Amino acid sequence: MSTSRQRGNSRLPNFKDLPTLLRDARFWRFAAQAIAVLLVVLLVILIVDNVIYNLRQLGIQLGFDFLRTQASFDIGETLIPYSPADSYTRAILVGLVNSLRVTVLGLIFATMLGLLAGIARLSSNWLLRQLALVYVEIFRNTPLLLQLFFWYFAVFLKLPGVENSITLPGPTYLTSRGVFLPWFNPTAGTGLWLVLLALGIGGAIALWRWRVRLILEQGRPGNPILWSLGPLVASGLLALILTRTIPFSWNLPQLVGGTQLQGGLRLSPEFSTLVIGLVVYTGSFIAEIVRAGIQAVPRGQWEAARALGLKPGRIMQMVILPQALRVIIPPLTSQYLNLAKNSSLAIAIGFPDVYFVASTTFNQTGRAVEVMLLIMITYLTISLTISLLMNLYNQTVQLKER
Amino acid sequence: MRKWSSLLLTLMLLAVPLVGCSRFYAQGSAASASSLLDRVKNRGKLVCGVSGELPGFSYVNQQGEYSGLDVDVCRAIAAALFDDPDAVDYRNLNAKERFTAVQAGEVDILSRNTTWTISRDTSVGLEFAPTVFYDGQGMMVKKASGIKNLKDLEGSSVCVQTGTTTEQNLADQMRKLGVKYTPIVFEDVNAAFATYEEGRCDGMTADRSALVARRSVLKNPDEHILLEELLSKEPLAPAVINGDARWFDTVKWVIFGLIEAEELGINSQNIDSFTNTDNSVVKRLLGTEGNLGQGLGLPNDFVARAVRKVGNYGEIYNRNLGPGTPFNLPRGQNEIWTKGGLLYAPPFR
Repeated sequence: MSTSRQRGNSRLPNFKDLPTLLRDARFWRFAAQAIAVLLVVLLVILIVDNVIYNLRQLGIQLGFDFLRTQASFDIGETLIPYSPADSYTRAILVGLVNSLRVTVLGLIFATMLGLLAGIARLSSNWLLRQLALVYVEIFRNTPLLLQLFFWYFAVFLKLPGVENSITLPGPTYLTSRGVFLPWFNPTAGTGLWLVLLALGIGGAIALWRWRVRLILEQGRPGNPILWSLGPLVASGLLALILTRTIPFSWNLPQLVGGTQLQGGLRLSPEFSTLVIGLVVYTGSFIAEIVRAGIQAVPRGQWEAARALGLKPGRIMQMVILPQALRVIIPPLTSQYLNLAKNSSLAIAIGFPDVYFVASTTFNQTGRAVEVMLLIMITYLTISLTISLLMNLYNQTVQLKER
Repeated sequence: MRKWSSLLLTLMLLAVPLVGCSRFYAQGSAASASSLLDRVKNRGKLVCGVSGELPGFSYVNQQGEYSGLDVDVCRAIAAALFDDPDAVDYRNLNAKERFTAVQAGEVDILSRNTTWTISRDTSVGLEFAPTVFYDGQGMMVKKASGIKNLKDLEGSSVCVQTGTTTEQNLADQMRKLGVKYTPIVFEDVNAAFATYEEGRCDGMTADRSALVARRSVLKNPDEHILLEELLSKEPLAPAVINGDARWFDTVKWVIFGLIEAEELGINSQNIDSFTNTDNSVVKRLLGTEGNLGQGLGLPNDFVARAVRKVGNYGEIYNRNLGPGTPFNLPRGQNEIWTKGGLLYAPPFR
């Protein structure tokens, strides 16, 4: 007995000696994991088997063939061409594009709003601080669905009709049929303009750096602003000479016959509601994350920066925020994911996002399992992409300890 | 070591109910060889899926009582089975939940203004009982808008509720007419009508009966009119699960019984005066002669029970949609065949 235990300490016990094996902690460390995996696999098999069995009972076959059939329903907002004669695949793609459009815009504006509100929460200005506090507490503590209904029914649909719309300079029209903004139309020269402008900006940055280095290294007056303006002006002039037009023409919304608005960029009430709702809601969470991140930077950093004579704005930009980012990014990623997933609440206010289009598809075809799988895969892909990008970014801002 | 054994224990505990589940579904499959009819009878209650949001068809009042044509269909079946029209549990289902609820056996019958279509009948796993309401899709607009027909909707927005044949019919019709429009589609019927009422949409499309019913609860019902044109035909029928012939027969013949009773002039008021009739057609229907109920596994007087407690089809229609209700819908196609309508019950013999 004692000899076998001694051997057991040096290498795995003999399998023939079962009682010894069962008493060995290392065996159990192994076996417990194996059993756990086995149980999980069994569970999954059980669930899948159950689904397939039940569907077969109902005479329903699993398969994705239905995606190729004609959708024959219309979608209100499309960025890519679509007609009811197109397939379900196309319809879902239209929904996906709509979802991505909302998500990307939402992410950008929510970050901006959150950053501003988060910094305002710590401002030395009493009014600003209290305003930010009220904003954060109101929007963080009420359900998003409620907020969407509020924006939709109480704000956007309550705007006046086209006849007596609210007109802002621009001209921008706010109506219950949507928000009409001035937008630009590309002209024949737009492509060339963009290329030359990019070159100009590139040149400007290069010159700026060179002149700044001169100031730093040799203490000579560099005039970086003047120098970098050079290539910008030059590229602009060159483009103007070559294309003989301005880069784009304004496309202004116009009131036609007093009852219709034409031209410009039209944002439907549904789209506006969803973007505003998501931005304001997520922004309040981001504000708290930003506040926490800033407060996590030791006071000494503030004091040191102040001792160097930096102005408060500069301290925030160059000392505090870069350090706060280390704390901010991981929870910010979660909020980004939430925003992407919450965009599926579009279904409540009639915006045709991917979840909406897919559930219409499910409704018309009765393909519950397949459509749910598709929706899951779609959101998983979006979420994992956001997470991946944010993790990559996180690596660049993380404190590198050597 | 201890950590692992506790994890193992947790997993096993988690697995127990699942194994239990699988045994349950094995039993369920064995039971499905027998009929839903037996299970409903054993339970003593009918579980009925309704909309709950459509006045005149199925609507919950403030006391929590259900009423409407779709509800009365359930009550008639409960009366035929248990001689008690109140032996019904209602489940409010939206357009998206309804088919899954039937497939999963959550409800015994779906009585929820559902359009009978071939694809639902053949590939969604449903079986449709006789049509209880012949409907057509209509379009509601504001009187003040000056819109007279579908063509006038060019460039307009139309509010639709999703998950129905409505969306497809609208797309089909507008494509045929070459009219460009923007659909604003809602999952929730209340949101759809609220949005229309706020003036976001020029038109609101749904089954005509639904439009009339919902119009009655708008703020100013008189400001809205229905266009003459119909976009489709919509036979609304109760549905049960596919492949359960006995239960399907029960539902089917209770509904035919209601229609046949109206044709023979039997209603809840005068039904007792037919007890001594010589008319053997009436006798067979009321179960005093022959044994038509037996073939269904029901008492012979199952139609008599339903008519006595709930009324014949005409009574049900008038109570919920006819004159004296806010809807005052003319019967039109929903008359029985002898009066030029489409309702027709096969012979009870």
